[in-house]
Amino acid sequence: MAKAFDFPGGIHPPQRKALSTRTPLIQAALPTHVVLPMDQHIGNPAEPCVEIGQRVRTGERVALAQGMISADVHASITGTVTAIEEHPIPHPSQGKRLCVVIERDPNGDDDWCRMPPLDWRHADEDTLLERLRHSGVVGLGGAGFPTQIKARVRELHAIDTLLVNAAECEPYITADDLTLRTYPDDVIEGAQLFARLCGAERILIGIEDNKPEAVEALNESLRRHAEDSVPIELKIIATRYPSGGEKQLIKRLLNREVPSHGLPADVGVLCHNPGTLRAAVRAVRDGEPLISRVVTLTGEALARPGNVEARLGTSMHELLNAAGLKEDELARLVMGGPMMGFALDTTALPLAKTTNCLIAATEHELPAPPKEQPCIRCAACEQVCPASLLPQQLYWFAKAREHDKAELFNLFDCIECGACSYVCPSHIPLVQYYQAAKGEIRERRREAHKAEHARHRFEFRQARLAHEAAEKEAKRQARAQAASRVAARTAQPSRQEPRGEDAATAKEQVKQLRIAQAAAKAALRKAEKALARASEAGEGELDDLEVQVATARENLQATEARLAAAQKDEQQGEPRQ
Amino acid sequence: MLELITNNEILAAIVALLGLAAAFGALLGFAAERFKVEGDPVVEKIDALLPQTQCGQCGYPGCRPYAEAISQGDEINKCPPGGDTTIAALADLLGREPKPLDGEAQDIPKVAYIHEDECIGCTKCIQACPVDAILGAARHMHTVIESECTGCDLCVDPCPVDCIDMLPRQRTPDEWYWPLPDGPGHRPTSVTPTLIATDRVSAIGQGAGHG
Repeated sequence: MAKAFDFPGGIHPPQRKALSTRTPLIQAALPTHVVLPMDQHIGNPAEPCVEIGQRVRTGERVALAQGMISADVHASITGTVTAIEEHPIPHPSQGKRLCVVIERDPNGDDDWCRMPPLDWRHADEDTLLERLRHSGVVGLGGAGFPTQIKARVRELHAIDTLLVNAAECEPYITADDLTLRTYPDDVIEGAQLFARLCGAERILIGIEDNKPEAVEALNESLRRHAEDSVPIELKIIATRYPSGGEKQLIKRLLNREVPSHGLPADVGVLCHNPGTLRAAVRAVRDGEPLISRVVTLTGEALARPGNVEARLGTSMHELLNAAGLKEDELARLVMGGPMMGFALDTTALPLAKTTNCLIAATEHELPAPPKEQPCIRCAACEQVCPASLLPQQLYWFAKAREHDKAELFNLFDCIECGACSYVCPSHIPLVQYYQAAKGEIRERRREAHKAEHARHRFEFRQARLAHEAAEKEAKRQARAQAASRVAARTAQPSRQEPRGEDAATAKEQVKQLRIAQAAAKAALRKAEKALARASEAGEGELDDLEVQVATARENLQATEARLAAAQKDEQQGEPRQ
Repeated sequence: MLELITNNEILAAIVALLGLAAAFGALLGFAAERFKVEGDPVVEKIDALLPQTQCGQCGYPGCRPYAEAISQGDEINKCPPGGDTTIAALADLLGREPKPLDGEAQDIPKVAYIHEDECIGCTKCIQACPVDAILGAARHMHTVIESECTGCDLCVDPCPVDCIDMLPRQRTPDEWYWPLPDGPGHRPTSVTPTLIATDRVSAIGQGAGHG
């Protein structure tokens, strides 16, 4: 065993993994219909690119990624698109989202639409990134971060180590374990692929010591891949929750600390889940987009718990029934692990890219949480916090809605692992307090951003109206002058005296307008510079800056129109003096 | 001359002080010109705290005019969309006493919705919208760009056929977040399971957790 460092805190909840590791990984039966949500990932939801009634083949793209952080969605069966509508999705809000529904062909064929296979060892990088972008691969550990963005980390950071996060520390979940046992070669090939893309010099596989079979399979595969370009090291660590947290695993294996608000890339590490690596290598080597995933079906309300590889969008109801769901014993259905997952109201939900585990728990297994009691300030939570935070302080601040103080105590470094709630003798749902506080802070930021945006729009409108009014005024003056010239020609000039004063004020006005014009020009230049800087850095709110530039331009045009009118006025006045 | 000054201490002191005064005066004068602050910075700060709905419920034509009025000494409790949080923030910034809101508080964020089959295309609402959030042309149906709408209500009155409604803004799953728990004495409303029964079972000696 390689040397392991340590992260603070942590707990040892009962593992309950043996339930689902007794049987090998099986392929789930092809579903008769699938429901594909448009947001199965972090970032913008994808936009459907198929029509109702259109026939699609397995692997065909049905939705396009929108914007920078987003992922494509592909048809997971061969059939006909029957609906594009709002459908309940597995989300803690129990909300609905736009989904593409595909009905399988009655003859039951699974007709693949593959992309051409690529040899990742020799293909150039842009081709590989393009392939990852078109295959809809996202992080399969549970967060669902689009993988191609992680693969482009090299543009901003220097990476020396690729970390394969196979710790899988949460009780019940065994999807990564079974993936490693069944497809160790694919995972290792995927790791080599990512090491090439991010320029890592070594690959570390971090795995907990409760998965001896997976370790054995990996060792065997490593012997076969001994001649590979990037050296791979397998590090086995003692089981402790939450050693599978990205930051915790990096601390434990490399003794590097990811800075607050930072990314693993800031300390030269890129972290990937084994399932993601396998999906990536399948996308590149076999040309198969992400249309299935390994999911753990477990819990005592199932007669045949185990791991299945199922098509995305398959109804959870079908999957659970195939695993022998005893509906009368089912007390709670949980998606994800018992520490960080959330309960689902219904089984009529589709399997999403982020669904790594479904726990059909009996009342005895996962009882309803007891009543919350007052905090007795025992500081047990502080002892187990893996992020070295002060959970008790954060609890008071969250409860009192003192968000500034909570942020000062690094609320956003909380990984929501649930260790504090687990040990709390008063059964305080601490993590929910933090989640609520984080949500409120984010909401406030969103509102502030929206207000800022509205302000820019309002200012732009004001400037535009001023510009229009100035132009109208200039036209009116021009017409009036033309009329007065005609009048002057017919009648002899009789009102020369008052013009002198007029000319003086006109001159003064022109001078002032010149100053205003110079100021408006300077403002426009400043806004344009800010926009250029932001677009070069590729960050910030470009549309707001664009509106600012447009506002400055309108202002400049308005002053120019006014200036031109005033100058004409002056010229008209002068010869008469 | 120089000798006279060096010999007379009082004179030397006066000359030195005059020299210093002239030098610093020039420096200050230069700094005042070079680092001149455009506009009133307090107005900017107040404006940043206002919700920018541009609704005019305060009696001023927009948030910035109200910010200017506040800096001139107007009351800070005239902004219903901002509600108590804005009043508290303004009181904090200006060192004034927070006052109860003048008017009815807006409880939920709203957006304008145009019943498109009733719209006659008169463009009156387009002219009323302070943030250009309504799209349409004369004698053509209008529609609201939801993401730009601030829910200010200003388009409702000008509509001659009364086809604009203010509806509560839909929350997307992205905007959803866990509510704050009810507190001690309540069962957590959270559906996150954080207690595994086998752990309790092992505590009372009925067999330990599985490995």
